Amino acid sequence: MQVQVNGDGLELPTEATIADLIEHMALTGKRLAVEVNEDIVPRSQHPDFRLSEGDRVEVVHAIGGG
Amino acid sequence: MSEQPTIQLPEDKPLELAGRVYQSRLLVGTGKYRDLMETGHAIEASGAEIVTVAVRRTNLGQNPDEPNLLDVISPDTYTILPNTAGCFTAKDAVRTCKLARELLDGHDLVKLEVLGEEKTLYPNMTETLVAAEELIKDGFKVMVYCSDDPLLAKRLEDMGCIAIMPLGAPIGSGLGIQNRYNIRLIVENANVPVLVDAGVGTASDATIAMELGCDGVLMNTAIAQARDPIKMARAMRLGVEAGREAYLAGRMPKKLYASASSPIDGTFF
Repeated sequence: MQVQVNGDGLELPTEATIADLIEHMALTGKRLAVEVNEDIVPRSQHPDFRLSEGDRVEVVHAIGGG
Repeated sequence: MSEQPTIQLPEDKPLELAGRVYQSRLLVGTGKYRDLMETGHAIEASGAEIVTVAVRRTNLGQNPDEPNLLDVISPDTYTILPNTAGCFTAKDAVRTCKLARELLDGHDLVKLEVLGEEKTLYPNMTETLVAAEELIKDGFKVMVYCSDDPLLAKRLEDMGCIAIMPLGAPIGSGLGIQNRYNIRLIVENANVPVLVDAGVGTASDATIAMELGCDGVLMNTAIAQARDPIKMARAMRLGVEAGREAYLAGRMPKKLYASASSPIDGTFF
């Protein structure tokens, strides 16, 4: 299935979870936050939250800023 | 060894924000440094206890071994203050704050800034008011970047913002405090901490902010873009401390003409 991750299209296996996506991005264990279709998905739900075709996912972290 | 006599300094209440007490009145950003090592050293030299960060997309394909900002500026050591920099609408600012809260395990202290335009990065106050209201309703502790309008500052306080942070000059401009009168008025009317956010260029600007009675100063570029950021971080720390003490000490009245410091009587000529 096709999802949008941080604005770019990404092909993921059907029923992939957020945890799967994070692993695919090699970000497992990193401090980050995830939003799906503009709703926060709490970290505790990442292993169970299944993505759907066309989902718009944002994966963010903290960077330098003032 | 004889004990050094200690000088009694005027009593000061430390800065209190969202129920936490801070010894430092200097808040610093983490942007525009050469690398994370310089960031860490400068922040340490500044003595700051509250440090701002931005929230951005992780890059696909980035080096997974690259150190993370929060590995260097640990939330165990510092109070992390996520900002909404780059947001031009209330909606984006609220989304950013919610992501930040998730990122920081429920930490709900945020720096709200909703910008109006690229050239001046001047705050869009109508959007700021909308975002502040929504965030406060959602339980966030909002420190708000705002224009130096005393009436709007009061309104933000009445809405429930926990700190009012008027600009001294545009973000990253280093122009210093352009309207001391307004900052003074905001301080005079406020029952929550007032911090000058943005506009400081050098240590004397920070001192002026504090002499006006501000509770703190927030800066980033003035330290990060100095030739020697670590030295400047220390200068800012001292500047803030000097300004605070001068404010507490109460300056002498200004006079139009001279008043001799040495006695006129007893001269031998």
